[in-house]
Amino acid sequence: MSMTITEKILAQHAGLDEVVPGQLITAKLDLVLANDVTGPVAIQEFAKFGTENVFDPKKVALVPDHFAPNKDILSAEQCKVMRDFARKQQIEHYFEVGRMGIEHCLLPEQGLTLPGDLIIGADSHTCTYGAVGAFATGVGSTDLAAGLATGEAWFRVPESMKFIFQGTNFQKWVGGKDLILYLIGKLGVDGARYRAMEFTGDGIAALSMDNRFTMCNMAIEAGAKNGIIAPDDKTFAYLEGRARRSYPLYYSDADAKYLEVQEINVADIPLQVSFPHSPENAKSVQEAGGIKIDQVVIGSCTNGRLEDLRIAADVLRGKKVHPEIRLLVFPGTQTILREAMREGIIDTLIEAGAAVSTPTCGPCLGGHMGILAKGERAVSTTNRNFVGRMGHVESEIYLANPAVAAASAIKGQITHPEEVS
Amino acid sequence: MGKAWKFGHDIDTDVILPARYLNKSTPEHLAAHCMEDAGTNFAQDVQLGDIMVGGKNFGCGSSREHAPIAIKACGIKVVIAESFARIFYRNALNIGLPIMECPEAVAGISLGDEIVVDLATGTIENQTTNTKFQARTFPPFMQDLIRAGGLIPYVEGRKKNA
Repeated sequence: MSMTITEKILAQHAGLDEVVPGQLITAKLDLVLANDVTGPVAIQEFAKFGTENVFDPKKVALVPDHFAPNKDILSAEQCKVMRDFARKQQIEHYFEVGRMGIEHCLLPEQGLTLPGDLIIGADSHTCTYGAVGAFATGVGSTDLAAGLATGEAWFRVPESMKFIFQGTNFQKWVGGKDLILYLIGKLGVDGARYRAMEFTGDGIAALSMDNRFTMCNMAIEAGAKNGIIAPDDKTFAYLEGRARRSYPLYYSDADAKYLEVQEINVADIPLQVSFPHSPENAKSVQEAGGIKIDQVVIGSCTNGRLEDLRIAADVLRGKKVHPEIRLLVFPGTQTILREAMREGIIDTLIEAGAAVSTPTCGPCLGGHMGILAKGERAVSTTNRNFVGRMGHVESEIYLANPAVAAASAIKGQITHPEEVS
Repeated sequence: MGKAWKFGHDIDTDVILPARYLNKSTPEHLAAHCMEDAGTNFAQDVQLGDIMVGGKNFGCGSSREHAPIAIKACGIKVVIAESFARIFYRNALNIGLPIMECPEAVAGISLGDEIVVDLATGTIENQTTNTKFQARTFPPFMQDLIRAGGLIPYVEGRKKNA
């Protein structure tokens, strides 16, 4: 029977020859992930199971990234719950501040998310790992607790939607962030609800891994269960020297069934800006031009990778951040930060007037390190611009790629990168 | 019987429980801040047994289970929506927060209406307007999950019967 890549991974992990959309299955997990917000709740629920130990301490990753480095005493207590659990359970992939990163940048970088894997994480952006050809999806803390205890989870096999990005003639500065914002703008925030989003075509083949992570990261913003890109030579090159185990390869059959197939020519996609208060409010940067802002955030699990910082530095090199703007830069991991230092990226950003932080999710969810006051506006490379997401309920977030964010920091208003180059 | 609290489409988990309160996860703490950014006095005025009504894609966004925990801890008996975002849907079932999908009921309920819900049969009765609705039924597996009282008792029960 013909199946999609998502169906093949689910079938294999459920011990079945085939699965069909709508089928409820129980599947084995290759990796189970939690952070300092969802982990403590999961650990509390885990204690209710009749088991002392996690199913496999090598298949659990715990990353204190949301309110870490601890922003207050309550956060410190939460991180301690997770740290103590990690030590007691001898969790192999626990990452302490100073050696950590934002979970969805860190785990692929560490070679822990591989093609063909089935991964659940108590964080909605767990779908990021689809970029290496894994089935990865976000769950809540109770699902995570059950995963920790049993190494299994139940799933409803999703219908798949195929998005074929045609051509490689990208407009200048357009990247994965623009492709996905454009698509969410077309579909709406529930356009792929309960479904698998499969990204394919020449346009995807031309994208770097960093750009592919950005795209799969935001599949959840269209309501999808997972985003996925079949492994290719770029995937293999990325995994070379990183992958800690061998991995199977799955590809959608040519006659696999899709609920919907959409073709999009990448040449038609201009630089995107999603207006408040929903990622689906995507418009071209021209339509956003001139909107005055107060803060710019470059970083997060969406756009905090090396290539993102490199693009920001290219725009900001030799320029200055507008006197009325705060530019905050959050590298995704310690390794990214270090590479960015070696390349001179960090120096360029600081020279321009940016504040550069240790990796943290802080500002993306209004946790710490960049909260907006009443009436303030930010351009951010993060993934959500919901009401109150980055601070005051009457603040506004405009989502964009790192080039647009950097250009906007220079001008003090939403700006096309061409205007500052 | 409970009073209806009605909200719009795409109510996200940041609105249900803002991230700034996620540094503590006791149900009482979460309940005190539930729907704080929705521009109502919901957390102060909600009564035990009230119902929450939302449009499409209720609970989209973050995977934070703190959102359904907060709704449940507020005393809300059931959430009725046109549709639910998938992680919220799972989380609600897993923690034993009853949810119902029923676009007709959502259209037929206004803020403050008096509603009677029968979770076993899926019927929703608006006593203010004297109208009745039937919610979609859950697949058998999810009914088992609901009957067991959530994921943990369900998994434990399966282990015992294995």
